[in-house]
Amino acid sequence: MGDRDRVPNRLVKWLKSGKGQRCIIMIAFMAVPLLLLVVFTYLPFIKMFEFSFYSMKYLGERHFIGLQNYKDVLTDKEVMNSLLLALYYLIGSFVQLALALYFATMLSFKTKGGNFFKGAIFFPYLISGIAMGFMFRFFYTRGFVLDTVLSWLGFDPESLPYWLRDKGVNNISLVAASVWKYMGQNMVLFIGAIMSVDKELYESASLDGANKWHQFRYIILPSISTIIVLNMILSITGSLSAFEPPYVITGGTRGTSTFFLLMHNMAHRHQKVGKASAMALILFSLIVIVTIAQKLIFKYGFSDRNESISRKTARMLKRQRAKEAK
Amino acid sequence: MTFKRRFFYILRTFIKYSSLIIITFISVLPTVSTVITALKTKEEYASTNVMTPPGNWLNISNFITAWKDANMGLAFRNTLIILVFVLFGSIMFGSMLAYILSRFKFRGNGFIRNLFLFAALIPGIATQVTVYQIMHALNLINTLHGYIILMMGTDVISIYIFIQFFENIPVSLDESAIIDGCTYYGVFFKILFPLLKPAIITCMILKGVSTYNEYYMSNLYLQNKSLYVTVSTSLYTFTGPYGNQYNYICAGVIITMLPALIIFILCQKQIYNGLTQGAVKE
Repeated sequence: MGDRDRVPNRLVKWLKSGKGQRCIIMIAFMAVPLLLLVVFTYLPFIKMFEFSFYSMKYLGERHFIGLQNYKDVLTDKEVMNSLLLALYYLIGSFVQLALALYFATMLSFKTKGGNFFKGAIFFPYLISGIAMGFMFRFFYTRGFVLDTVLSWLGFDPESLPYWLRDKGVNNISLVAASVWKYMGQNMVLFIGAIMSVDKELYESASLDGANKWHQFRYIILPSISTIIVLNMILSITGSLSAFEPPYVITGGTRGTSTFFLLMHNMAHRHQKVGKASAMALILFSLIVIVTIAQKLIFKYGFSDRNESISRKTARMLKRQRAKEAK
Repeated sequence: MTFKRRFFYILRTFIKYSSLIIITFISVLPTVSTVITALKTKEEYASTNVMTPPGNWLNISNFITAWKDANMGLAFRNTLIILVFVLFGSIMFGSMLAYILSRFKFRGNGFIRNLFLFAALIPGIATQVTVYQIMHALNLINTLHGYIILMMGTDVISIYIFIQFFENIPVSLDESAIIDGCTYYGVFFKILFPLLKPAIITCMILKGVSTYNEYYMSNLYLQNKSLYVTVSTSLYTFTGPYGNQYNYICAGVIITMLPALIIFILCQKQIYNGLTQGAVKE
């Protein structure tokens, strides 16, 4: 009789002890998020790995075909074309970073109406993808917004290309739409980084005769170089997985299909689930490679960042003083 | 010398403001042209250039048509329900998980952190092929709760924001509460959770914006548009029969943008701060 009672008793005792309490709360607080993570991220990922070796549709039979899907993807002309397109987006994102840096620097100094400018440049980021798609289809239509504005500037409307149809320009139009949406977000990040620079650095620098360019070159740039490099690396993965502008504006027609959009159509339009999974895994491995490269760069490239700032600043101030003395 | 300085100062100011004005013009141009077209009558839209101002700046008939045709009343109701549950869920689960990971030393702590970090690398839309099958097996397709659960499950950023925030709260605070006889639940809900307020606001903004604007998964998993239309997918109404009737389409677009604009004007500072904190921190 005693044994039966004792086991639950011991259990209850243990549960009431500090150790038991810890265990309960750990399970209670972690169960749901971990379950969601496994069910909606890792399970699909593992399944995708499995599917990539099969020829299959959503329903019906499937056949094991080994690495054939990967071979097909890597020799596909459209895929190669889409990787070339990624270059457009990569160049676009570098332009975007440069613009963001320029305007962030402008706006972090005293500016009349600074908040208005900042808000107007940032707002496109808050517009949903679908709304943006409609807006830019409208914007680029022959004789509509862009053509009208260009004709104000003296361009002959007849000589302008069809922005979304002509194969030479349509990808540039899409990249421009993407820059329009995300530049403001980058700018806000850069402003945040610049604001965290110690204000005294500017003051002492300008006392020593440093001009605005010197302040930018020797104080701002070195102290936000980490976030700039990080964003440059992120834009590599971003341009590989560019999806939104072509999906919502052109639907990937006329040679605007990026890798991601190709994969989407492969899966949902042509129902080639196996091949789409192989594409997803190729994309994923590229992202992992870039991420590892990023970690290595930050481990070995930026370890003495703070020292180099102060050294550079000191050198710059010395040179300035020498000039003044003359 | 002073003349030269003054000249450069004026030049610099000129370049600064003209470039700011140009970029601002480019930034608002698509939105402004959308507003102009949304205010035009059908005849006006057909007969005038898109950039010609509308005859009546208070013509809201297109908005009424768009609201009704795209079933936006229902769309806003659904999006509000989704927002409330997704925000509540991801903040509760995110902060609870972050509490355990930052306050409890146990085997597997680092492993779980890495699991989440690694998950952030997997492109979300890419896995939808197989997520769809799982949603199907769980009977979650075409249900609001299915979509809500899915949206709560894919949030790595907020967990990291919470972990970072916890690491700045001294552990001695928990310890003294425990000595005073407080349980772990008490420590979390009564002492730490109220201190998390800034982190909660950040997460609400980041998650709120992405949930409000999300269209890919809601299109995929809420296919029954007559029941489960959301604000972003309500715009799909305008793809078929409307063709080129941009005066209605633009009105619809503006309606979906308005809540975002109002929130943005009211909490600019928090949004900027949220974004800066939410940016990948290494």
